[in-house]
Amino acid sequence: MPTDVERWKDEVYGNEIRDHLMEFAEEGWDSIPEDEEDAWFERFKWWGLYHQRAGQESYFMMRIGTPNGVIEPGQLRVVGEIAKEYATGPVENPEFGEAYCDWTTRQSIQLHWIKLEDVPEIFEKLEDNGLSTQQACGDSWRNIVGCPVAGKDKQELVDAWPIARDLHDTFKGDEDHTNLPRKWKVSVTGCTEGCGQGDINDLALEPARKEIDGETVTGFNVRVGGGLSRKEPRLARDIDVFVRPDNADEVAGGLSALFREHGDRENRYNARIKFLVDEWGVEKIRRVLQEDFVDFDLHTAGEDLRDEYTYNTGSQDGHNDHVGVHEQADGNYYVGLNVLVGRMGAEDTLELADLAAEYGSGEVRLTQRQNIIVTDVPEENLDALLDEPLLEDYSPDPSPFMRGSIACTGTEFCSLSIVETKNRQVRYARWLKDNVELPADHEEFHIHLSGCTASCAQPQIADVSLRGMKTRKDGDPVEAFDIGLGGGLGEDPRFADWIEMRVAADEVPGAIANLIADFETEREAGETFREFVEARDEDELGELLDPEETDYEDPYMHNTKKTWYPYADDDNMDDSPAPTDGQGEPLPADD
Amino acid sequence: MLVRGDAYTNEAPEGPPMTTAVRILDDGAWISVDDERVVSVSELWQLADHDVCGCETADFLIEGFVDVDAAGPAVLVRAAGQCVTCGESAVSGWLPVGRIVGPDRRFASLATGHVRTPRA
Ligand code: HEM
Ligand code: SF4
Ligand SMILES: [Zn+2]
Repeated sequence: MPTDVERWKDEVYGNEIRDHLMEFAEEGWDSIPEDEEDAWFERFKWWGLYHQRAGQESYFMMRIGTPNGVIEPGQLRVVGEIAKEYATGPVENPEFGEAYCDWTTRQSIQLHWIKLEDVPEIFEKLEDNGLSTQQACGDSWRNIVGCPVAGKDKQELVDAWPIARDLHDTFKGDEDHTNLPRKWKVSVTGCTEGCGQGDINDLALEPARKEIDGETVTGFNVRVGGGLSRKEPRLARDIDVFVRPDNADEVAGGLSALFREHGDRENRYNARIKFLVDEWGVEKIRRVLQEDFVDFDLHTAGEDLRDEYTYNTGSQDGHNDHVGVHEQADGNYYVGLNVLVGRMGAEDTLELADLAAEYGSGEVRLTQRQNIIVTDVPEENLDALLDEPLLEDYSPDPSPFMRGSIACTGTEFCSLSIVETKNRQVRYARWLKDNVELPADHEEFHIHLSGCTASCAQPQIADVSLRGMKTRKDGDPVEAFDIGLGGGLGEDPRFADWIEMRVAADEVPGAIANLIADFETEREAGETFREFVEARDEDELGELLDPEETDYEDPYMHNTKKTWYPYADDDNMDDSPAPTDGQGEPLPADD
Repeated sequence: MLVRGDAYTNEAPEGPPMTTAVRILDDGAWISVDDERVVSVSELWQLADHDVCGCETADFLIEGFVDVDAAGPAVLVRAAGQCVTCGESAVSGWLPVGRIVGPDRRFASLATGHVRTPRA
């Protein structure tokens, strides 16, 4: 028997959702029949709209998918204008103000507090400028990720940007691939540093070379079935296939069709392709792909470059997180700016759009570390760009604790969340910057904070992983974190080990400070933090991670999920203005 | 419309047919009753006479709903979570979350602090 979600998808899904969405928007929030809300909210995700959590009814999160994080000249201004005009909620956020954009861990853009009634105008403005929310959420091809400086970088085997672009153009809106059993996350990388994060995607194309008919061809090796969600993280597995850039869409489409036909539609918890790879093994995935889903003979895997990977290996080599000033292959420069927890105010976004146009080509790119890169800056413009006051807040040379912080959405908007995330991570980063000194050879130190086990902030691949929890402190329930250590990517990716559980949120900075102090004194010469963790067992690490209260203050210890908005002065559910009409005025309660 | 069982795992519900639509949404984040989102993850529930861990009263953090059913007027769920006293993770037995009451068939939620006992 199909699940309700599958039943709803059978009735209406994919492109056709749009007509209904537009009709509801025209007639207003109230026009969605109450007994169809569950079905419509599930479907709206396909068009990038995710209904916000309890207490925020009638407001939506809107995700805009920007393949490979590329925001073309002119588009950043459009995003900033939309955020300013439409992404303002009833109460402002104390750290980020009234309206803001989130740059996400999958190189997309998220806006909040969007009213259904505004969707037609927003879509028109986005689409007039080559942007779209199509398939940004829901059960289909999600935003394609990759090395954010593809085509610009000096260290690349293949320029993967045209391929990512082509996959995006091919599979967004393709009716054969719009209704998959679950989300389908793809990474395409051509650079030699490993920054596409292919290992944690459903499908990864990674750079490789292969001798074919006596000629060395460059292209990609294929891995399938990575992902971090729930407590079931998996690395993508090598299915022994090499693909030429020309054939990338046939192989990627073949795999997505295989998933469409064989993924589990009876149980959404078991639906991601990582579970099919568990069940079948890679040989069977390859065999079924060859027999039923592609028309030519697949090549066996080529020689990969994984032993050259530097990105998120803990080694501090290579361009790593892309923050800072780096020369491009064409002699221009790109300037990677740190955006703390990926959130940028709408006004700042508009100003950055101006700077990118003034000093570069107008293009910017989003990274999988929630940062933003201004590309194509001629050498003679560098000093002037670096002197701009905006770069004091979005620094190309930030403290390791600022540049290494990633946080997900959390209780501010997300229904799965257990704890407050972004505002807290801002406070953690500031406190750590002011109070903790890392060894001088550690410019990068990754702390990823996720509000629940869905792992949107990718905690398992960080030096310090924080995952939302609760505990009791002096008898009262308080927000807390499980703390993991030693995760990262590279040739031998490694998920963090969970070391200290249910640490009250106000004792986390103290725990990190104690750990780093011990690291500094106990490390071997030149030992990286990741190596230091790998060399120790759980008990030893537990002793180094010694949670304690410090002068760090946490305003979000109480159950922020129980509020209608964690930062409102009157934060009780009953004080919520939602649901509201198109003007943001509270609607009368239902009969 | 008659809808029972669970939008996510499709477990066959037991007991006589009900006219209450109960389902799990958004990857286990919500229990929806008659298309209204009524209970969400992240609550701490106290469990007595339970089998999630060895604690007399478990302090059970609800991390995700895995099953929902309407048994007569009572709405019951099974939830994945963790006892925050001892750290044990488990999927609970069928726990009450509230009841359908009155002629207008309103859902009345149990108070968060209510001590719950799983049904056999
Ligand atoms: C309102 C609810 C949610 C919000 C605001 C949210 C937010 C985000 C954001 C901003 C990202 C980066 C993704 C991108 O740009 O495509 C992300 C990724 C992710 N989301 Fe969510 N999310 C929500 C619900 C969920 C749910 C229901 C799941 C279910 C399992 C989930 C699992 C993930 C995972 C696993 C990742 C990234 C890690 C990976 O690539 O495997 N999220 N989410
Ligand atoms: S990790 Fe959990 S809390 Fe954070 S955005 Fe994802 S689903 Fe929400
Ligand atoms: Zn217990």
